[in-house]
Formats: sequence, C-alpha cells, structure tokens
Amino acid sequence: MTGYIFRRILQAIPVFLGTTFLIYFMVFAMPGDPLLALFGDRTPNPAVLAQLRAQYHLDQPFIVQYLIYMGGLLRGDFGISFSGEPVTEILARTFPVTIRLAIMALIFETILGIAVGLISGLRKGKLFDASSLVVSLILISLPIFVIAFVAQYVFGVWLGVARTTVSSTAPIPELIMPALVLASVAFAQIVRLTRASVIETTTLDFVRTAYSKGLRTRRVVPVHILRNSLIPVVTYLGTDFGVLLVGATITEGIFNVPGVGNALYQAIIRGEGPTVVSFVTVMVLIYLVVNLLVDLLYGLLDPRIRYVK
Amino acid sequence: MSSNTHYVAPLEETPLVGVDTVKVSEERSNLWLDAWRDLRGRPLFWISAAVILLVVAVALFPNLFTSVPPNHDCHLADSNAGPAPGHPLGFTKQGCDIYSRIIHGTSTSLAVGFIVIALTTVLGLLFGAFSGFYGGWIDSVLSRVGDIFFSIPYILAAVVIMTVLAEYRSVWSISLAIGIFAWPSTARVLRAEIFRVKNADFVMASTALGLSRFKILLKHVLPNSIAPVIVITTISLAAAIVAEASLSFLGVGLGGDIMSWGNDINQAQSDLRIAPQTLILPSIALSVTVFAFISLGEVARDALDPKARALR
Amino acid sequence: MSQTLTDLDRPLLEIKNLQVGFQTQRGLVPAVNGIDITLMPGQTLAIVGESGSGKSTTAHAIINLLPGSGRITGGEVLFDGQDLAKLTEHQMQDVRGRNIGFVPQDPMSNLNPVWSIGFQVEEAIRANGIASGKDVKKHAIQVLKEAGLADADTRMRQFPHQFSGGMRQRVLIGMGLSSRPRLLIADEPTSALDVTVQRVILDHLETLTRDIGTAVLFITHDLGLAAERAEQLVVMYKGKVVESGPSREILENPQHPYTQRLVAAAPSLASRRIQASGAALGHLQHQETDAGAHVDLIEAAENRAEKQAAPHRHESAIVVDSLTKVFKIRGEKGEGKHFKAVDDVSFSVERGTTMALVGESGSGKSTVAKLLLRLEEATSGRIDIDGANIAPLAGRDLLGLRRKMQPVFQDPYGSLDPLRNIGNTIAEPLLVHKVGDRASRRARVDELLEQVALPSALATRYPNELSGGQRQRVAIARALALKPEIVILDEAVSALDVLVQAQILTLLAELQSELGLTYVFITHDLAVVRVIADQVCVMQKGRIVEAASVDEVFDNPREQYTRDLLDAIPGANLRLGA
Repeated sequence: MTGYIFRRILQAIPVFLGTTFLIYFMVFAMPGDPLLALFGDRTPNPAVLAQLRAQYHLDQPFIVQYLIYMGGLLRGDFGISFSGEPVTEILARTFPVTIRLAIMALIFETILGIAVGLISGLRKGKLFDASSLVVSLILISLPIFVIAFVAQYVFGVWLGVARTTVSSTAPIPELIMPALVLASVAFAQIVRLTRASVIETTTLDFVRTAYSKGLRTRRVVPVHILRNSLIPVVTYLGTDFGVLLVGATITEGIFNVPGVGNALYQAIIRGEGPTVVSFVTVMVLIYLVVNLLVDLLYGLLDPRIRYVK
Repeated sequence: MSSNTHYVAPLEETPLVGVDTVKVSEERSNLWLDAWRDLRGRPLFWISAAVILLVVAVALFPNLFTSVPPNHDCHLADSNAGPAPGHPLGFTKQGCDIYSRIIHGTSTSLAVGFIVIALTTVLGLLFGAFSGFYGGWIDSVLSRVGDIFFSIPYILAAVVIMTVLAEYRSVWSISLAIGIFAWPSTARVLRAEIFRVKNADFVMASTALGLSRFKILLKHVLPNSIAPVIVITTISLAAAIVAEASLSFLGVGLGGDIMSWGNDINQAQSDLRIAPQTLILPSIALSVTVFAFISLGEVARDALDPKARALR
Repeated sequence: MSQTLTDLDRPLLEIKNLQVGFQTQRGLVPAVNGIDITLMPGQTLAIVGESGSGKSTTAHAIINLLPGSGRITGGEVLFDGQDLAKLTEHQMQDVRGRNIGFVPQDPMSNLNPVWSIGFQVEEAIRANGIASGKDVKKHAIQVLKEAGLADADTRMRQFPHQFSGGMRQRVLIGMGLSSRPRLLIADEPTSALDVTVQRVILDHLETLTRDIGTAVLFITHDLGLAAERAEQLVVMYKGKVVESGPSREILENPQHPYTQRLVAAAPSLASRRIQASGAALGHLQHQETDAGAHVDLIEAAENRAEKQAAPHRHESAIVVDSLTKVFKIRGEKGEGKHFKAVDDVSFSVERGTTMALVGESGSGKSTVAKLLLRLEEATSGRIDIDGANIAPLAGRDLLGLRRKMQPVFQDPYGSLDPLRNIGNTIAEPLLVHKVGDRASRRARVDELLEQVALPSALATRYPNELSGGQRQRVAIARALALKPEIVILDEAVSALDVLVQAQILTLLAELQSELGLTYVFITHDLAVVRVIADQVCVMQKGRIVEAASVDEVFDNPREQYTRDLLDAIPGANLRLGA
C-alpha cells in the first residue's frame, strides 16, 4: 500500500506543475498588459495595481515570473485580491463555510444516491426504477442555477419555509437548502451509476456463489453486491468534484453563502480578474488534492490495486 | 426409472439435428443494426429525437417560428408584462418579447454545443487513439497532458479565459474556452475502449496479414471503439450548452448583444420575486434542450452496449 | 437436520419431469424440457452435454439459483423427499450450503475480489451455523487444510488475486463441503484449469466426498471425464435426457445416436480408443440417422494417417533453432524483471505435416506462435521458413512471408472484426496483398466459403449471426485466402464444443491433404494431438521437454512431465476393452 501511495503522489507532481503553469499561461501569456486585461473596463486603484505588478513580477521573463509565482503557491501565498486584501485571509474566513456546505452536499448525494440507486438496481424494470430514471434524467438536465432559482422561489418566496439567502454565520439549518441544490445533479448521477453497477454486480459469479454458500439476502446485498458496486461510485466522486466546485460557486453566489465559492462568484460578476485567477487556482489545487485522496481511497476499496501494483 | 437401468430416450422425442448447421437468419445483425433495433422500441429515444429535430429546426429557421424581432420594438412600458396578443409568453424586464428571444437564442446554444463537440471530438480522437493504440511512452506523455487539462474543471478554466478575453466575447471564443478543457473525457473513454479492442484476435490476424499498424487502427480498431465516444459526445453537447448558459449567467459568457438563454436568465434573476416567468421560461427552453441530448446519450449508451442490452 | 436417518435405498435427489424456461422478449424459451434424474445417497452422477444442452441450468435449478429471468416452470425436485421447487427463497437459503453444497465452474470469477479468503470461508461457516465465535476461524482453517491448502492459517488473510486458479478452486471446494452437505453439485469444477491441476483437484474432491459420504452431481462437457469420475451418467441434449445409466455401459454400448456421436467425437476417448484399437471401443457401430454424417475422430485420424503415409518430399518447411524470447515485466515492487517466456527452443517441421506444440498455460507455446508469425521479435535464436531466416525481413519481403504463413487463433468471438461482413473479412487478405480485381476476389471468397463448408449466402452476413464453430471456419477461410503453405493454429479448436471441434478437426485434416498444408498446431489438449499431429513437442516453462512422433509420445513417453500430461487426459484411467 505504501508503494501505491508513494507512486500516486509522485504522479500528481507533474500534473500539479502542469495545471498551475497552464493557468498562469492563460492569464499572463496573452498579448498586451495582462493586468489591464484582467481589469477589463474597470479602472484599477493605482496602489493595488502596483502591488499586483510586484506580486506577478511582470518585468521578469515569463518563465521566471511563473517560478516566482510557484514558489509563492508552495509557501501558501496566493497573492492579493482586487481590493488589496491577501487571498489567504479571505480563504481563512470563507473556507470553513464551504467545507461545511460541501460535506453536507456530499452526505446528501452519496447516501441518498446510493440508496436510491441500490433499490433501482435490485428492482430493475419496476415502477420505482422507472421513476428514478425519469427523475434523475430531469435533475441531470437542469443547470444548477435553474435548480437554485426554482428552490429559492418555491421554498423561499412561494412557500416561505426557507430563507432565500443565508445569513453571515451560515448556520447548518440554513445551509440545508443550498446543500440539497448543490447535491442534486451529483445525486442523479450517483443513482444512475450505482444502479448500473448493482445490476452488473448482481450477475457476477461470486454473487451466485455467495448464495450457494447459504448466505441470506440481507447479507449478500450489502456485503457482496453493494460493497463491490461502490468502487466505480467512489471514482466518480473524485472526477465529479470539479463539477461540485463549480456548483458551489454558483450555489453560494445565488444563496449568498459566505464561502470560497461566493468570493469567486462575486469576483466573477464584478469582473475582478486577479481575484478570479487566485481563487480558480485555489480550487484547482483543492481538486487535485481531493482526487489524490479519492485514488488512495480507491486503493483501500479494491485490494487488487492495493497489492498488485 | 431406477438408477441402475440403462435408459435410452425414444428417437421420436429427441430428434437429432445436424452439428453446427448454418441458419441464415432473416435479420442481419451487427452492433449498429442491433442498436438501431433496440432504439426503435424505446419511447425515450423518439421523444428526445423529436425534441432535438425541433430545436435544430428552430435554430436554423427562427423566422418560421416567430415574426417578432427579438431586440427591437422593446418598450420599457411592457417591462415584465404578461402575455399579450402576438406575444404569447409576455415580456422581459426590458420589455422585449420573451418568446421571440427564446426562439432566437436557440441557435446560440446549439452553435456553442456543436462547435465544442467538434473540438472535443477532434482532440479526443487524436489523443485517445494514439495513446490507447500505441501505448508505451506515447501513452505516458499524452495521458499526462490529458490529466493536466482534466485537472482544471472546464467551467473554471473557461471563466478564467473569458475573464481575460473580456473584449473578444463571441460564440467562437466561448466555444474554444469550453472545448480546450473538455476534451480529456472523450480521450479517456476512447483510450480505455481501444485498450480493450486492440488485443482482440482479429487485430492480431490483420497484423499477420501484413496490414500496417496505422491502417489497422483506422480500419479495425477505431470503428470498433467509437460507440462509447458517440455516447459521451452526445452528453458533452448537453454539457457544453449548460456551460455556455452558466458562463453567460455569470456575466463572463457572451456579450449582452448576443441572444442567449443564459444572458436572459442572468438579466431576469434580480426580478425573481416579482416576475419569475422571465427567468423560468428561458430556463425551461434550456432544460428541455439539455434533457433531449442527455436522454439521447442515455438510450444510445444502453443500445450500443450489448452487455447492458442483455442485462436489461 | 432431523430426518438424517434416511433409508439408503431411498433416492437422495429425485428430479421428476423438471422444466425450466427463460423469459425473453419473444416469450418463454424452454431450457430444460421435462427431465428425470435419480441420485442415490453417496453416489456420484454426471450430467454430460454440450453448451446449451441444459446441464448447467439443471444444476442451478436444483438450488434455485437460475440466472436472470430463468425459472422452474414445472416438475419436482425432490431432495430427501422434500420438493425444493416449492420452497420460498427464505426456506431455500436454509438448504443451500447446509444440505447442498455447490462448486462453481470458473475459480477466477467465483470469489469476491474485495474480501480476503478467510472472510469468505468464515461467512459460509457462520451462515450455516457450523461454528460460532472464536471457533469460526479455527474451523475455517481446518476447512482450507482439508481442501488441500498448505499453510492455510497465513493464507486466510490473502485476497483471491494472490491465489492461483487451482488454489482458488480448492477454496471453493472447501467452502462447498464446509458443512458436510449430503449433496454436492459440482458445475464443471475444473474446466478452467490446466489438465494436470484438474486431475489433482478432482482426485482430492473424490477422496473428500467419499470420506464424508456426500453424493456428487457432476456437470461436465467431457464424456471421458464424466465416465472416469461418476458411476452414473446422464447425457443431455437440447434440454432433454437422451440416455442415462451406468457409465461403463453407456460408454461401451451407447444406444442413442447422440451419445454415439459424442463418444465418436470426444478426443479424450478417441486417444484411448486408438490405443485400444481392436478392443470393445475401437470402432463404433453407428446407427445411421438423417441428421448428417457422423464425425468419428478415429476415422478422421485413420484417413489422415493413410494420406500422410503417401511419400513426402522430405524437406523442412520450418526450422527453429535455439529460439529465446525474454519479456521485461514489472516486478512486485515496480523494478524491472526479466521473464524467459521461450527458452532455447529448437524444432523443425516437415512440409505437409503437422507439428503439435503442447503445453499448459504459461508454457510459452503461444509465444512461439507469435514469434513464428513475426508478431513478436525473438530475443535470440533463428527461425527459417523455407530455408530463409525471417528475422531481417521487412517491407515487401515481410509481406511475402505473411503470404506464405497464416494464423488461426483461439477465441471464435474475437477472431473476426464484428463490424465487417464475412465476405469482406475473407477478402481482406486479398485486398492487402492486392490480389485480383473485385470480381475475382468475390469469386475467391465463394470458393473459400465452399472449402470450409459454409454457404456463400453468408458473405453478406456479420459474425454476430454465426456460431463459434462457424466463426472458426470463417477464420480458416481467411487464413487460406492467400494460398499459404503454413498455417499456425493457436488453440484453434479449444473453445469449441466436442462435436463442432471434431468437425473442424476433420475439416483441417481434409484441407491439409487437399492443399498440402503444413500445420503448427498449438494446444493444451494432448488428446486432440493424437488425432491431428505427426510430431509432438511438449513444452514446459518455456522449454521443450520432449519431442518425438505422436505414437512415440503416447506409447512410450520418456519424460515424467509427458507422462503426467498423458495421465491427466480425462478417461486415461478407464480400463477399456477386455
């Protein structure tokens, strides 16, 4: 297992270098003054502009700029935002909220998604399965901001059972609706994936052997069918984390949840380019780390990976 | 019958047939024919196909569906007003005809969708086919490049690109911004499929015939690996439409002068409390279109996978 | 287990008029069509049949583990007087494992890859209430030890993928017998294993069940194996029992024409019959039926031998000298390792004859085939085809070699491009080598289809529509398209049912004499070799351990390994004739 962990971390290094380089390249290899481009049609505060010029070392050759920037990233320095506040400080303030929201969404989507998918898979072709197919296809088709607005309108404005926006302390009860919205698309995908995986596993030989040993259904389903069906679901959670991050940005923006996503959302709609770049970089790093964790979890779930490679 | 007696079944009850006799069946059968036969019997396929045909027709010939121009004749007096004669869905905040704007926004969504999948298919085919088929160091390099692009969620990447390209916002630039980071999924799917196909005996047989490696890739391996690519491309098309709407919704998508469902949703969000229909109606157009492509991808996935067909 | 005191004269299992069907879109498709089987306590009974005969379906129906939409549509399955077909799933779960054990076919897919071996044995023991608490582990170790797994206590913590196929099968047998069931259903328990392993495992299973007094219902496609392992035989064909009774009697005196066909076509028996020629089983009295001619492997072998006896030009088509192939593989800790797949192999094949390369999995026989075909490059050594070294060939010359030598591979489902119709598949070699024009190629395709006894109407059809045997015929037609001198047959008949296999073997023999072909016949099945080959090389771990003529190898093997292989041919222990 240690060999596997070591190799996975080793593989992540070039990807880390590549992604940060790519982001940097997209922003600073453009013709003209990249900073002015980032500010768009807004007039920058000269003091902030000067600080940014210092941060990005724009007088240096491109590759040197990148290396200095990389060094900053490794020291946890993500630069300053449009308003001059260090990005690290904004992160310290907003990160706990986003973590809370993301964990709630993950719990909703995995528990509900796996449960519904398992039942659909075991009752393939029955009414429950057919309805879950239609519902999940609809949920997959609805862009997250549409779901967010519909939820906001129906529960907040029309029924008045939830607040349309979250207050600044972001207490857990107020986060339930945004978390459900955030979880909705992934929930539907997990239902589909779990269902397909359960149906396939059910036909595998070792399931029949498990029954032939005299095991009860209540033992075979969780221990042999569900356990094996989880492997593709976990892989999906990793690759889908990017969608969750984008979803969090939009959801936090619409419900005004004071998290990292909202900071990015506000920066985007206000056209605050430097802040956008910093936060996108942060999110990509989070994505990389989460995928690394998921791969390690995958190794735990599947002994073939753990021991052979 | 007792267990020690020698029992022989009467030949009339157990007639013999020839060994391995050839029955030339009525219906021809290969992957595509079987998939088509399967699709034919599925209502979801017909529903999504009909919606897609309609949406494409609307995008190509918007004037057949409405005679009201989408941008002119907007009177602030009509702001957020309900349906009126000739304006079946009412008016936007700026007093423009909602129905006309939805009709004229269709081509934008579809154009972005199709340009993006053209890009993801070309890049995905190149990267996926070469890394899957040739393996070795070519695979290591190409896969790592794919990993890098895959590690930046494509909407976030597009946000950055569109922020930088604030002055060049068009259907082309937004499609490029989405497509440049969306192709690795296609490449991964194709690579995995080629890994499966390339070790089949018929590939070895073709090598033994003297067919060149590249021709084997083109003539045997790619055609047998393409089915999952079609599925993911259909789903990517839907995802690209959502991405454009999301970016426009965030204000980093298309310029305000381009008709787009995302732009209209963006414009309407501040009036959600007083005029929800201005937001809901373009959302419905968007969602129905996406639903059609997602469902088509879903039924195609089942139809093109003989194993899934057998399990259903 | 209250009614354990049963009369030994009362059947343990009595299947009466059992019918099983599968629900499909086109309605109920019957798989088992009213069969009767009686099994006495402690007895071993084998059900023999080809794929699709309903033998496995019968086995699964007994313990109600039919796959997918299958269900029992009629009849009774009386186990100890109780009709299992009428039990609820919950009641059935009490019977399974506890009273009826099951050993499945493929050891690779029948253990859950994510749980340790110990976990999977222990849960069976717990489920059947054999032991509880700390005793479970002790009992599990004992079960594995009984099944012949040395160092069972350390191996308990390992996972299935760390076990070889034979060891996994031992685990499955151990689990099947863990609660000392009165009946064990063994569904082709060793057909996925190498022959020598197969033999050891079956011997062990026999000893265990005899000691416990368990009756065994043995499902197999191999008539020789069935007769060797069971006292009673039931032959199934298209969902019906065509013949049943004492094994020896059926083998020596098959009555039903289908059984006669099977006896005539089983390679394991044919090799015995050739040895015992003149004795009871040497030649069969066939009852002629309308349904096509019999394929008798002995006749095929004799016909072949007759034609081969005609004077040969004694020249070598293939000369292989000190051939070695080393693969670089990644070791357990990621370091580079070298693996000698082929180790100093030398042999030669005379024009117009068949050389059989025999070995178990991992012996390097298929690698030799790939080296001959220039699909892999040799690490060292030399291959001469028609007197010319093939290593330096490139471009046009390599194409010339390819034209001279063509392969037929094992997997009938993988050997044809599923998206090409049969005509285009057979014409592909002609196209690649730019032979003829459109019309002449089409004519050649028709000719080739006729040579392999397929109707020319198939040219526009797709591989999906054909059976495994028909696909192999198409693969043979494709191989013959360029009129090669040498055909490399890499396990070309191994995946086929015996009757189909016999047909293809006969076809290959006919084509050989007709076209003067040289065959390199690669197989794991020594029994088939007797029928088709002139010379034999036995391979083990990359080396040739014995090389001689077929008769010498069979009648007078020099090496212990060859003797082991011969002994492992199912039916080898049958004493036939007088």
